[in-house]
Order: sequence, then C-alpha cells, then structure tokens
Amino acid sequence: MKTRALLVLPAVAALALSACGGSSSDAAAGTSSSAAASSSGGDLSGTLTVFAAASLTDVFTDLGAQLEADNPGLDVQFNVAGSSALATQLTQGAPVDVFASANEKQMTVVTDAGLQGAGPTVFTENVLEIAVPRGNPGKVTGLADFGNADLALAICAADVPCGAAAEAVFADAGITAQPDTEEEDVKAALTKVQLGEVDAALVYATDVQAAGSDVEGIPFPEAEKEINSYPICVLKAAPNPEAAQAFVDLVNSDAGQQALTDAGFRAPTS
Amino acid sequence: MPAPLLVPAAIGIVFLVFPLVGLVIRAPWSAIGPQLAQEGVGQALRLSLVSATLATLVSLLLGVPIAWVLARSRIPGRSVLRALVTVPLVLPPVVGGVALFLVLGRQGILGRPLFEHLGITIPFTTTAVVIAETFVAMPFLVISVEGALRAADARFEDAAATLGADRWTTFRRVTLPLVAPGIAAGAVLCWARALGEFGATITFAGNFPGTTQTMPLAVYLALQRDPEAAIVLSLVLLAVSLATLLLLRDRWLGRGVSA
Amino acid sequence: MTLSAHVVVQRGSLAVDLEVAVADGEVLAVLGPNGAGKSTLLRVLAGLLPPDDGRVVLDGDTVWDDGRVHVPPHQRSLGMVFQDHLLFPHLSITENVAFGLRTRGVHRAAARASAEAWLTRVGLAGLGGRRPGELSGGQAQRAALARALVVDPRLLLLDEPLSALDARTRLTVRAELHRHLSEFPGSAVLVTHDPIDAMALADRVVVVEDGRVAQAGTPAEVARRPRTDYVARLVGLFLLPGTGKGEQVVLDGGGVVAIAEEAAGPVFVAIRPESVALYLQHPDGSPRNVWPLRLVSATPHGSVVRCDLTGEVPLTADVTATSFAEMGLAPGAEVWASVKASEVAVYTR
Repeated sequence: MKTRALLVLPAVAALALSACGGSSSDAAAGTSSSAAASSSGGDLSGTLTVFAAASLTDVFTDLGAQLEADNPGLDVQFNVAGSSALATQLTQGAPVDVFASANEKQMTVVTDAGLQGAGPTVFTENVLEIAVPRGNPGKVTGLADFGNADLALAICAADVPCGAAAEAVFADAGITAQPDTEEEDVKAALTKVQLGEVDAALVYATDVQAAGSDVEGIPFPEAEKEINSYPICVLKAAPNPEAAQAFVDLVNSDAGQQALTDAGFRAPTS
Repeated sequence: MPAPLLVPAAIGIVFLVFPLVGLVIRAPWSAIGPQLAQEGVGQALRLSLVSATLATLVSLLLGVPIAWVLARSRIPGRSVLRALVTVPLVLPPVVGGVALFLVLGRQGILGRPLFEHLGITIPFTTTAVVIAETFVAMPFLVISVEGALRAADARFEDAAATLGADRWTTFRRVTLPLVAPGIAAGAVLCWARALGEFGATITFAGNFPGTTQTMPLAVYLALQRDPEAAIVLSLVLLAVSLATLLLLRDRWLGRGVSA
Repeated sequence: MTLSAHVVVQRGSLAVDLEVAVADGEVLAVLGPNGAGKSTLLRVLAGLLPPDDGRVVLDGDTVWDDGRVHVPPHQRSLGMVFQDHLLFPHLSITENVAFGLRTRGVHRAAARASAEAWLTRVGLAGLGGRRPGELSGGQAQRAALARALVVDPRLLLLDEPLSALDARTRLTVRAELHRHLSEFPGSAVLVTHDPIDAMALADRVVVVEDGRVAQAGTPAEVARRPRTDYVARLVGLFLLPGTGKGEQVVLDGGGVVAIAEEAAGPVFVAIRPESVALYLQHPDGSPRNVWPLRLVSATPHGSVVRCDLTGEVPLTADVTATSFAEMGLAPGAEVWASVKASEVAVYTR
C-alpha cells in the first residue's frame, strides 16, 4: 500500500500541469501518465474485459492503453457495440468485468438481472446536437428546421437510443419532424452529413466532435430535456475485479473526465 | 452412396438448416398475431417484394447482355471486365452504398447535376432501394447466366446463322431459350439476394417506413428494441421468400429444366 | 461454277490451303482423315470462320475476299447439315424446319406449310410436333436435311452427315440422301472421312490431307488409282512408289515388282492385300513375284487376318483365318509372299 501512495504523488503533479496547460493536446498528453498512476500501482495482471457503448470507443481505448502501459501484466480487452446488444450478451452470461452503457435503460436490464457488483454510477453525459455539412448548405439554425420538408434530414430510428432521444425532444418542442431517413445508428446518420447527402442530422455532441472538420455542430436549447446519462459498473461475476475497479476509477478520475470532455462529453450534472 | 460425399453433405445440411430451426423454436408463437398486425410490417414486406422484383427485372435487362458480352464476344480486356462486374460480390455492401452516394448522391458525380439542374434526388427514395439492391444482386445473375452461356453449345448459334438468322435473331430465338434455365436460376438467386439486401440499402436509400424501409431493415431495427419482434419478422420474410421460390420452381423453373 | 473458293487458314500447327470449285447440281465430296482441315473448309464456306486469306465466290457473288468483302453466314444462301444434326432442342421438328423460312420473313402459316411438306418428303410426315430428343438418330438427320433444304439454298454444306448414325441407319439414310442430292439444283459440298459416302454420293472427290488437296477426281478414278497411302488404304489397296523399267518396277525403297504391261518413269504400284499369297516355304513353280518377308503384325479383319509384312517389298496381305491358323503364323515369322504380275496395277505418279 505504501508504494501505491507514493506513486500517486507524481500523478497529481502531472494532473496539475495538464490542468494548467489548457490546450487539449497538452491535456491529452498529461492524462497518459497521470491516469495510470492514479488508478493503480502497476501490479494488476491478467485480462480485463470491458463492454462499452460504441460511442465510448475512442476514449476508452485510450484509457485502456494507459492502464496497460502502467500495468505491464495487464491486458485490456474491449467489446464495443450498441448498448442493447451488450446488455443482451451480458444477460446471456458473457464473462465481463466492466459494463459502460450509453443509457440508463440498458444498465437497468443488467441490474434487473442482478449482475452488477459495485455501482452503477453515472460517469458522463451526452446531449443531442444538430450536425450539418461544412458551410451549412441548408442554412439550418435550430431544431425547428427539422419540420421543414424541403430539407434533406436524417434522424435516428426510434428503436435506437439517439432516435428515442430525438423523438422525445421533438415531442417536447411540439415539432413534427419531416425526416427523409431514420438511420439505424448515429454513425450512419453522421456519415450522410459527412457525404453532404442530408442538410442536417440529429446526433450527439460527441459524434459531431469526432466527425472532424467535415461536420459542424449546432447546439440547441431543447437538447437539455433529453440528457443522455452514461452509467458504468463493475460486474458481480467479474473475473478480474481489482482491475475492473481500477478502470472505473480511471474513468472517474480527473484525467478520465478530461478525456471524455475532449471527446465532446460533459461531466454529469447530477 | 459413398461416405466421403454423404457425411459432409449431411453435416453441411445440418449447418445450413439449424439456424433456421433455431428461429422457429425461439419464435414467440403466441405473440405472433399481434406482432404481424403491427403497422409497418405489411408495408415493409410489400416494399421488399416490389423492390426485389424490380431489381431482378433491371438485373435481367442489363445483366443478361453483360453475360453475353462476357461469354461470347471477343472484346479485349474481357477478364478485367468480368472482375469489375463481380466487384459488388466482394465489396462490403455498406461500402457499395457509400460508392453509390459518390456517384448518384446529391453531391455525386452524376447525382449533383441531376439535383442542381433537374431537382432530382435519388437517395432516400424507393428508386434508391431498387438501385442499391440491383447493384448488389446483379452480379449473381451475370455469373449464373455467363456460366449457362458457356455451357450451352455455341454450334446451335452457328446452325441458326446458316439458317439466315442474324446475331440478334439468333440470340432471341436460339441462345435465350437454350439458356433459359440458367437465366431462371440466376434470376432467383438475384431476387433472393435483393430481398435480403441490407447494407447498401440502408446506406444509400436510408430507412424510412413505407418508402425505403424493407424487411431486413425492419428486422435489424426491431432487433435493437425487441429481439422477439425481430424473430417474428425474420420468419415472415423467410416464409414469404420460400413460398415464392417454391411456387416459381413449380410454375417456371420446372418447365424450363424439362425443356 | 456456282462455288469457287480458295481458302487459307492457319489452325494451330495445321496450315490449310485448299482450292475447290463446284458446279450447279454437282456434289463434291471432301474426303480426308480427321484433323485434315475438311471441317475448317466447310466453316469458311459457310462464313462461320473467317479465313486468313483467300476468296469465296458463290453464284458470281464474292462473299469473302481477303477481308475486304465479308458476307456473314446469315446473308449467304446456304443450307448446312451437321454431324449431330443440331436441331434446336427447344423447338418442335416443324418449328426447326420452318426456322430458316421464318428468319427470311416468311409468315408463320406459310412457313409451317412448307416445313410440313418437306417433312413428308424426307419421310417424317406426322412427326412435326415432336421435339428433337424424341426422334431417332436417323429421323433427326432427315429433319436436319429438310431444315437445310427448305430454304432452297444455292449451296448445301454437309458436315459428316452420316457418321453419327449406326451402320443400318446409315445405309438407308445414305440412299435417301443420294436421292435428295441428285434432285438438288445447287452446289453441294459433302465432308466425310468415309470413302463409301464419297463414292456413293459424290460426283467428284477431293482428298484432303494435312490441309492440302492430295488427290482430286471422280470417285471411280480415286478408287482405282489412289495417289496417297491414306486413299489407298481407304479403298483397300497397298501402294508402292517406284520407277517403271519395262515389265518391272524398281521400287523407291529398293526391291523389284514384275508387272503385266510395260511402264516407264515414276509410277505407283497398287496391290490388293487379298491377292497376296503367303507360304512357309518357297512356292513351287516359278512365279515372278516372290519375296522372303517377315510378319510384323496381324489383325483380324472380318473373316480374314490382315498381315503387315516387312522386307525388300513391304506388303499387306489378307489371309483367311483358317490358313493363318494352319500356317501357325505369329509376329516375327519368316514367310514367302507371292503376287501374280497380272494382279499388280501400275499407273503414273
């Protein structure tokens, strides 16, 4: 235990540095050493299996790599897919250490089955944003434009989380949406924006962030009605519970939160 | 019957049929009525059948001539042409959908002038569904028909020529009837592939109930929400396609083969 | 001349260079072994194969001239009968026979009527509704002949029309074919490897070997005076080239053959295998042609055994199976062979 405490110190120092650095690249560089140190002392080993919602792919891959770098004996495996598919696999008995869901509904599926160990806790949030092609050719300004049948518009199908959220937002705002397509997932909706085939799509802020310069994001106030919370938990039957807790701690650490913010997520409001 | 053939054949059949058995066993039979009555199921089924049939017709119209060119003509670069024609077979369908965007999309090479000058957009329409399905399914028809043409005795065409038939008449009155069973088999393969098409369709045509949402898309989305509903929809698609194929086999294929 | 053609085609290692001419009402048989270029010639005449060089003139119209003129097959007035009939399997016999008329724009009813009439002429009345697969080989070949003749072609091409038939059927179909060919007003070219077809059906014979004309003439001339080993064997003769010196011929391979009349210069000596007698000892008397030879091989040939002999005068002899057995012959046996001078045919090379 002594060694661990000792190792935390440089981590805090690094964190402080990164916080001062300000620019995102500095922050990313900072998280690497800090996060690893704060979460473990390099004595974790074996395999850590994390089931994570697809939207977490990039952030979690980075965090997993840090954990591996600081624990040479540890191998972090990710299974990224839609939250509902992951929840189904979990209830079918997949041997998993950590589950991070993109919504509380699918986490409930897991907790209803009594599979959770510690948690779940909400570790980040995501809100809807309007994605438009670079230059905004459809001159979209807000959510109301989704009622314009003359525009080529994409939303997610109501069966998938982003579609359910979109439906709720439209209902709240009293807008009858006129989409040309109801996409099977948020990435597919975004692809159509990137290709310039639709004038706007309703996606998550993180997706806009990830899409790069081809896509511009337009935040809108109605999005606050449908905040998407991401819960995470260690599973009761986790084969590697120590490493699992270390990963959850890493996600909740300042470094982990910074990485999430950089990817377009925001800190939980509650 | 020799065991080296019989045993793998039996294993293969089990392998092919078991997933089907799984679907049937796991189907929520009691819930099947309400599931089917659900709005949109009939719509998706009708759209699937119509678009797959249209895609097959387009494939016949364009694919049979392609097969003829590949099998009979002596144009240079034929093997390159054959490889190109079969590209959609190896291309992941989603990539095919993106490729269709790049040509026929609003920003596409052909789609852009269509949109800017004529106000025509192809993506997100039923036309786009047919185009996507044709793109993915036509190579199956071309390969079948080319095989049939190569297997057919070309000397019948010589005989027709000596009887005063030009190449077009020969094609219509001799070649086509001779390879009719091959064309029928290719068309069935093409239709089945078009009916099950998912990736290129959802990418290029999008998903909108009544316009572009075919059964495979409906199944996929149902899977996100309610796996039982997805099983029911899959069974419906399966039953309808099997019934159609069996009917065709009796009415059309059967006759073609015996001729 | 209705047809005159000079055809030059390179087919793999085979260089075909043939000149043929056929008059109205004449039947020309192109006789030769497999792979000699006979079918190639026929395909070029039909327009199915472009030759590398040459010229095809049909009824005064040039239909091919070294690539400058190329009339496709469907615009040439011809009928063709193939070895395996090639009746269209998806059409009835009547529809098959009417096919050529329909492509020439004859109305359905008229075409059917003509087809039925021709089917009656070839002895297939009442079978028009059948499919080709429901006919016997002989019936199918008759239908194929009707299909080729119904359009009154100027040129009739027959590619081994009888060789797919069994021996009995061949006999009857050959006789019928002979009747139709003698009534046919245009030119006919018959490709065959069977000398009996050529002798029975043709007015003139062209023997083709290795892509060249080896011999041409009337069937009788060719049968009596073969000029190549191939033709000689076909007509049952054994051929020896030599030089005539009075009443004997000095063979090119050495050896001397006595003959009945006088000969001079390069000649062929033709001997019938059945006129060769074999003895275990030198025969009595003093026949002029006696040679000690060795038996190389013996093959049964009907009621006789064909013996290939080697020595100063290589010969083929036919002996009855009985005497072959009595003499106890076996390959390697030393024998004496004798031929009467009067049995030896001699003609100039």
